[in-house]
Amino acid sequence: MEAIILQILNGLDKGSAYALIALGLTLIFGTLGVVNFAHGALFMIGAFCAVTFSRILTLSHTVVDETQTDFLGNPLKVDVPYLHDLFGQATGDAIIDWAVPLSILFTVPVMMFVGYAMERGLIKHFYNRPHADQILVTFGLAIVLQEVIKYFYGANPIPTPAPQAFAGSLDFGAMLGFDPNLIIYPYWRIIYFIFSAIIIGAVFAFLQYTTFGMVVRAGMADRETVGLLGINIDKRFTIMFGLAAAVAGLAGVMYTPINSPNYHMGMDFLVLSFVVVVVGGMGSLPGAVLAGFLLGILESFASMREVLEILPGLNQIIIYLVAIIILLTRPRGLMGRKGVMED
Amino acid sequence: MLGLNKKDLQLMLIVTGLTMLAPFILNPFPESSGMAQFNAGYPDLMQRFVIFGIFAIGFNLLFGLTGYLSFGHAAFLGVGSYGAIWMMKLVSLNVIPAIFMGVIVAGIFSVAVGYICLRRSGIYFSILTLAFAQMSYALAYSVLTPITGGETGLQIKSTDRPIFSSLEEGETGRANLFGMDMRQSFELNIGDWLFTFNAGYYIAAIVMLIAFYVSIRIFRSPFGLMLRAIKSNQTRMSYTGLNPRPHTLAAFVISGMYAGLAGGLLVAMDTQVGPERMFWTASGEVVLMTILGGVGTLIGPVLGAGVIKYMENILSKINKDVLHEWFAFMPDGLEDFIVFLVYPFIGKGWHLTLGILFMLVVIFLPGGLVEGGQRIGKWIKNRGKAKDTGGSTEPAE
Repeated sequence: MEAIILQILNGLDKGSAYALIALGLTLIFGTLGVVNFAHGALFMIGAFCAVTFSRILTLSHTVVDETQTDFLGNPLKVDVPYLHDLFGQATGDAIIDWAVPLSILFTVPVMMFVGYAMERGLIKHFYNRPHADQILVTFGLAIVLQEVIKYFYGANPIPTPAPQAFAGSLDFGAMLGFDPNLIIYPYWRIIYFIFSAIIIGAVFAFLQYTTFGMVVRAGMADRETVGLLGINIDKRFTIMFGLAAAVAGLAGVMYTPINSPNYHMGMDFLVLSFVVVVVGGMGSLPGAVLAGFLLGILESFASMREVLEILPGLNQIIIYLVAIIILLTRPRGLMGRKGVMED
Repeated sequence: MLGLNKKDLQLMLIVTGLTMLAPFILNPFPESSGMAQFNAGYPDLMQRFVIFGIFAIGFNLLFGLTGYLSFGHAAFLGVGSYGAIWMMKLVSLNVIPAIFMGVIVAGIFSVAVGYICLRRSGIYFSILTLAFAQMSYALAYSVLTPITGGETGLQIKSTDRPIFSSLEEGETGRANLFGMDMRQSFELNIGDWLFTFNAGYYIAAIVMLIAFYVSIRIFRSPFGLMLRAIKSNQTRMSYTGLNPRPHTLAAFVISGMYAGLAGGLLVAMDTQVGPERMFWTASGEVVLMTILGGVGTLIGPVLGAGVIKYMENILSKINKDVLHEWFAFMPDGLEDFIVFLVYPFIGKGWHLTLGILFMLVVIFLPGGLVEGGQRIGKWIKNRGKAKDTGGSTEPAE
């Protein structure tokens, strides 16, 4: 029992990341009909937004501190972040400590802009070309973005810790009445799960309850008719692309404390997110979320020791295996709509 | 001749000439000059040119003719490599059975994968092949370690005793062709130039020429026409009463066998294999090669493979000091500025150049470098003509 709960919990945070990326991918696919291989790169850029933001916060100038001396007896030179000058030491340190959550504020506009620029500058020209061309050009773009990040930030992972307040772990088992220390779950992963649930909920609410969302949904169903009604649907779809980029970016920002960002993290997630989208059903938003969590949890179940003893290596291939089975038995995916990319 | 028409025969002869004279062509700069680092005429790189050429030709047979974009082709290369190295470890150090084994194993594997993946087309096909390749990679890395050697991969060790070999105690076997060592080279010094003629390269080149010939024949055959019909309109083809599945499967398997052939040759040249050969970036690389060179053209994939392998091996070696040396004739400030501008695109950043080049090709030249060449050729021709006819025509009212 404890083991099962633990595996479900473990699956949730990975599943949240899959769900968020797959949600963005599906949004782009459902609105613009473009298969975006650069979506993983957007996730990665989001993560590096967090890195950049925390670097901006810790920008410092050197002052000579007379009260301390180094080992030669000279006055010690100390780096003082500008934030200390602005807000005083305690507040400044607190802001730096909370760099990752705060960088959300910084990431959203940046990612919206990146998404907007990508759509207007490149992807717009590919609507009338075959899907293979779209895959290829976004694949090329992903390589370029990845290499640009690598040039500026280097190839090594950059540790970006969560705020001190969330550093520990929650003894989840004790709360449910099991023995203590059986089910331990880091606070940040809980935050990540809640955060992604909020984002997913917000995206759905936005589409469901606002006029803008209604128009977008109408456009997804029948783009031409909406255009005939005198609505500039292209413009709205461009904004949706920006939104999808922001969702991927936020997934990346919040993921940084779980895994230190490096330049190829996007590609690692991209392959899996595509599988997630296909399992959920091309163009289906609930399908993407469902499949994301489902595959995340299945993956963590497959890495249980008991399972690995019977079927060694299952944890490595479970996601792909599920995808193959689903694609062959339910070609439309779990919740795919009829008529959307069925061949 | 050889069942080729005049144009194809010309192409075949040009390719034959180029591959046979490659040690000369790829070493145009004298050894002692500063440009010597652009020389690509060393055996290891030349072997890679032709082997990846084979791989890309095979990929092009699938993608170029049928339009099915496989994102997991490296799996067949990897499986072929494993087949070949086991043949060398257990049966014979001769490369011919090893290469055949690679082709056969990759062929069988591609029948299985193709049978499943070809039920779907478009993006689903791409993702299914990707899933299979990633699965093979993950398995080779973990559970199949007894067969694949896991992370360290497989090499020919001094303890390997193939059945048909006469190795002395403790001697490490070497790949050979009836006693001729793959690493055997004949070096020719002419003045300041050094040309290396490597046995392994010539064997790989001959295999490549055969593969190229077969691909021309497939392109021109009724089977090739059928595949192109599948690409242009599969539904119409089914309505005319032709089942496209067996044809696509045949193309998939042929393409997989080409990949296996390339894998077998790679093993024949360096007698080692690791699972990273199957990673999906390796599959992406062959896609890049084919698109860059020109998808659906005969010579394009070979060209693309050459360009990418050249960039990977030569462009990546250039570092900052070399750049400073090149631009030393400029004033200091300007020199630093130019180096600062150029540096991100070379050396370790060669992937960036590759990505940009690839995007430009996809956006502006869907036919790849071959189309670029044709356009330039046409432009030069038309420029000559334009003077005679007076150029522009008046629009009709």
